[in-house]
Amino acid sequence: MTTFDDIQDKVPAPSLEKKISSDRVLDVGFWGLTLLLAISAGAVLIWVILQTANSSLPAIQQFGLGFLTTMTWNPVTNIYGVLPQIYGTLVTSFIALLIAIPVGVGVAVFLTEDFVPRYITTPIAFAIELIVAIPSVVLGLWGIFVLIPFLRPFFQFLNNTFGWIPIFGGGAPRGNNLLVVGLVLSLMIVPLIISITRSTFEVLPPSLRAGSLALGATRWETILKVLIPAGLSGIISSVMLALGRAMGETMVAAMMVGNANRIDISILQPGATITGLIASQFGEAGRLQVSALMYAGLVLMVLSLIVNILAELIIRRFQNIE
Amino acid sequence: MLSIILTSLTFIFTTAILIPLFMVVINVSAKGVNQLKFPDTFTQLPPPPGLTEGGFGHAIIGTLITLAIASSIAVPFGILSAIYLAEFGRGSKIAYLVKFSANVLTGVPAILCGLFAYSVVVMPMGGFSAFSGGVALAVLMLPIIVRATEEALLLVPNEMRQAAIGVGSTRFQMVISIIIPAALPAIITGVVLALARAAGEAAPLLFTAFNNNFWATDPMQPIATLPVLIYFFSIIPYKASQDLAWAAAMVLVAIVLIFSIVARLAGKQKAFYS
Repeated sequence: MTTFDDIQDKVPAPSLEKKISSDRVLDVGFWGLTLLLAISAGAVLIWVILQTANSSLPAIQQFGLGFLTTMTWNPVTNIYGVLPQIYGTLVTSFIALLIAIPVGVGVAVFLTEDFVPRYITTPIAFAIELIVAIPSVVLGLWGIFVLIPFLRPFFQFLNNTFGWIPIFGGGAPRGNNLLVVGLVLSLMIVPLIISITRSTFEVLPPSLRAGSLALGATRWETILKVLIPAGLSGIISSVMLALGRAMGETMVAAMMVGNANRIDISILQPGATITGLIASQFGEAGRLQVSALMYAGLVLMVLSLIVNILAELIIRRFQNIE
Repeated sequence: MLSIILTSLTFIFTTAILIPLFMVVINVSAKGVNQLKFPDTFTQLPPPPGLTEGGFGHAIIGTLITLAIASSIAVPFGILSAIYLAEFGRGSKIAYLVKFSANVLTGVPAILCGLFAYSVVVMPMGGFSAFSGGVALAVLMLPIIVRATEEALLLVPNEMRQAAIGVGSTRFQMVISIIIPAALPAIITGVVLALARAAGEAAPLLFTAFNNNFWATDPMQPIATLPVLIYFFSIIPYKASQDLAWAAAMVLVAIVLIFSIVARLAGKQKAFYS
């Protein structure tokens, strides 16, 4: 009869120590790899910033800060400045925000405050999220061939009726103008404002709503005086992120702003944006011009970093309160 | 009275957003379907300026190639970084900074990813290439994948980690055979959403992958992609090219929408722990 001892003698004992050490090497190696890659992922942002700064160095040395206040973009004489582009970027983003903030907050209220049953709001919310998925170049194409012809009579009407207001004045309105870019940008950033504002409203403590209603406030008094102030930091950070996206959006601007290197007070006239400038000039740019375009990119980078970091800090402060 | 006005305003705003959305989808499909000629559209090259017929098969291949290059960089990079953030460095200073930086990088305009790839890849290599386009898209995809994967990993209940360590597995074994499989549906959702985003971007490709009017599969050569093709064809005054732009827009929107819907459905699929 075989005993346990017999079997144990026949089966070679596994070399336990060797196995442990190979497991351990794998374990520590894996830990090290993920740490290294995590740090590199964090460093990509810094790398992107430094690389853009480095490539724009020749232009920075040549033009200095005067680049920001110069109105010329002349590849023949190699004199470059981006004042009209900064102006156009700010104006189009401002128009977009002007439309997107009230609409976005309004729709977020509509979707969270039970005006209509869930089985209606859920597909609407899904459809709005799909706007984000439409490539901007497709929106640009749609803008050129559908929206601009459709809006032309409206621009004409604005110009005829309100032409005495400088922002609608100027000569005959053009199809490619700052207003139409602002309109399409607002369509692109509205889903962002809606989704962040919605999630802000959803995480507010129910006691706020209940308390306000118990004190006899109507639904809209509760929304306007309790919920919106309580969720203000969420709304503000969504607006910041939306602003960042509007300033950095390229194809819509490149295809519809007209790329006219000038500052016109009328929003019915063509203008330029930083992104449109980079997209339309890069193809045939010489050395100094590439550097100047990198410098323009750096200006855009600084603008977008400011709004994104502010948004991120506001969100984090808000989350800590939660 | 005021509340009636405000309530109707929210209804109007909601309709006002949905109308352009439906208009875009309807216009793109109507104009696109008219121009789609099977199979030419998918197998031919675009016609020379002024002529008609032709297709954009090369741009579909090009989009797939640049996406493949971008995901072969961004997917392993992003998932492994997220494993550190969620499993090993949770709550650490490093994880905080990396997440902060990834969130800010998400907001960096796509065109700047293109400028970055231009100065890191195109300038040293001396020419536009599919590879540089892949790098630009990888920068775009990386923070999306990092954030989605981290969130997916955080959703895996801690009991599973304790159970794995309790039966004697190392952290490597725990992550590879327990945590990742549990979080896989959500990770796939994140990757597919990142792909959908990258597939539609023209701005980072304008001066990296650039464009090519011929069949190209060499990653070191310029390559045509659908978004860039739509851009170039929509701003030239030839009817045939504009028609092709609409057809390409429809194909691109279809690809992107299918990606986004699949991603959301995959995310809804319940992992075994829930």
